Amino acid sequence: MKVRLDCPLPKLDFDMITLGHGSGGLLTNKLLDSGVFNLFDNKILHERHDGAVINTSGKTAFTTDSFVVSPIFFPGGNIGDLAINGTINDIAMCGGIPEYISVGFILEEGLMMEEFWDILVTMKYAAENANVQIVTGDTKVVEKGKGDKIFINTTGIGPIHPDASISAGNIEVGDKIIVNGELARHGVAIMSVREGLEFETEIISDTAPLDEPVRGLLDEFGRAIHLLRDPTRGGVATVLAEIAKSCKIGVEIFEKELPINEEVGGACELLGLDPLYVANEGLFVGFVKAEVSEQALDKLRTFETCKNARIIGEVVESHFGQVVLHSKIGGKRVVNMLPGEQLPRIC
Amino acid sequence: MKHLDEYRDPERVKYYIEEIRKVTKNHWNIMEVCGGQTHSLVKNGILNILPAEITLIHGPGCPVCVTPLNLIDQAVYLAEERRVTLCSFGDMLRVPGSKRSLLESKAKGADIRILYSPLEAVQFARRHPELEVVFFAVGFETTAPANALSVIQAEKLGLTNYSILPSHVLVPPAIEAVINDPESRIQGFLAAGHVCTIMGLQEYGPLVEKYNVPIVATGFEPVDLLQGILMTLKQLESGESKLENQYSRVIRPEGNPEAQQTIFEVFEVADREWRGIGTIPGSGYEIKKKYSPYDAKRKFDIHIEHAVENPACIAGQVLKGIKKPPDCPEFARGCSPENPLGAPMVSSEGACAAYYHYSNTTEKA
Repeated sequence: MKVRLDCPLPKLDFDMITLGHGSGGLLTNKLLDSGVFNLFDNKILHERHDGAVINTSGKTAFTTDSFVVSPIFFPGGNIGDLAINGTINDIAMCGGIPEYISVGFILEEGLMMEEFWDILVTMKYAAENANVQIVTGDTKVVEKGKGDKIFINTTGIGPIHPDASISAGNIEVGDKIIVNGELARHGVAIMSVREGLEFETEIISDTAPLDEPVRGLLDEFGRAIHLLRDPTRGGVATVLAEIAKSCKIGVEIFEKELPINEEVGGACELLGLDPLYVANEGLFVGFVKAEVSEQALDKLRTFETCKNARIIGEVVESHFGQVVLHSKIGGKRVVNMLPGEQLPRIC
Repeated sequence: MKHLDEYRDPERVKYYIEEIRKVTKNHWNIMEVCGGQTHSLVKNGILNILPAEITLIHGPGCPVCVTPLNLIDQAVYLAEERRVTLCSFGDMLRVPGSKRSLLESKAKGADIRILYSPLEAVQFARRHPELEVVFFAVGFETTAPANALSVIQAEKLGLTNYSILPSHVLVPPAIEAVINDPESRIQGFLAAGHVCTIMGLQEYGPLVEKYNVPIVATGFEPVDLLQGILMTLKQLESGESKLENQYSRVIRPEGNPEAQQTIFEVFEVADREWRGIGTIPGSGYEIKKKYSPYDAKRKFDIHIEHAVENPACIAGQVLKGIKKPPDCPEFARGCSPENPLGAPMVSSEGACAAYYHYSNTTEKA
């Protein structure tokens, strides 16, 4: 593991998490002093206060998210960068510029310190990468069997971009619907390890921070960016169906325009999943004023995580409240929200 | 994936639609037997590009949908009362039993796991001798070879903690039951391609002759389905009835003899109850006596009283093609995939769920 070379696991007199590490006493302090504080190095955290004291003014985005993914390590990332990127992305979707993050750990007794350290190091780099500071946190330990190795909650805060006006109310007929990259990669990457499936090429999760591309769009196109959403659980279909229903707009999408990696498409086929409903972690769906949509696409493609950005559909003045997909072969179907979990089919 | 693209090619789809238009002179009711075909028809939006004269009726070929209520109750009983590790294909989990579904049972703490293959369950049983592992062996002829193989493997490995709860149904007797139903309006069948891949075509010839009905073994991609429909229409319009094989790139007339041998090593044909339809003679598999230690029903001596189906659910009529899902007063009102009254609303291959997900549902509450 590359990250470990820069931040090797400190020498400790314990190799796994025990209940005492969540006691708030000596062991908790030992754990934090062992390197956690140094890892997330910043002035506010070093105050070691009950909470962080930060400056805010004006419109601010504020969000929270919890991460319970299993397995905790998967191709392309682990629960650590998921927890940082996920919250960064939620702030970015509001038009915010992420600045500070809090981290709450719920650790299961028996978690190997080596694994925990890997996750912490990944979080450090994910935070640095997006220029956010981890300024406060909490660690609790639950008995073996009461958790699933590690759960992480992150809360983020950041000022709204001065040119942003992101709201479902801004959507208008003619708006183009943009995605910044390929669909379904995270969900399929997780499934492939969970089910022990091996594909010719490893399918890598798309987990990535979206703050930079979003800022790029807002700097240049400001109010022409009408709405941004990140289609995590439930996938692109669920987000679009939700927007169409709540805003009473008609949405049309084109199957042939959906960017889906060949391996991912094949895996979905095999597992009986519809990529439109599979989770993403580095993807956003944007409703953009038609006039600037092509330029917005060009702008997006200058970012590494958005090379496969595409216009996948538009807002139309019919079938209000519904998403209609034009299939590759020229048929049509309605796209609804995902009911419950997507369950693999028998045959 | 490349080889599948040619069966999803818009130009070829256009060609077949054109041919279908040219051939169609009368109104025809054709049943696609398999739920996988229903799913593909609806997902690709094929139903609304066919000429109005053609009505496709969705058949009983969804194993999840026809698994009787009592068997689900048995699975729930095994997981909850007998504390077994119950392994199942994913889409069985949400099907409502008389008290609850396996998914609800799992939420209550029962050890229920989703697997893709019974062979994984055998491996799991081998690694966990302390657990009693039962695989809910649901399916048509397609999943029977793997389920049978799991029993053979378990025996070879000398496992005493593995058994299956078999719920196998067979396609040809179901087609015959549909034909014989007095309310049936079906004039031609698209037989299920994957079932024929295993069992071959020989069982269908006698049906064609006895009932004078065209049967075309058909695949699952848009081009397959349209070609299958065209072949059936040509027969219907010219007054013929033949057994044809659209899916010849996969189906050999004799099927897969090795797979058949595996099936009949472990299973024997028996009468079977179909949810919503009733008992169809010779339409299922039971485990042969010599493998009875691997038959969960015998091993756990299960006796569960037959519960009554929810009377509001018209699944039986939907599965026989007498009614379409939207004809049901509960469709998208009292019954939805989140809260299904009957099994066809659960599996994505179930006709009700396929309609719910993919067709126009503006009237939905």
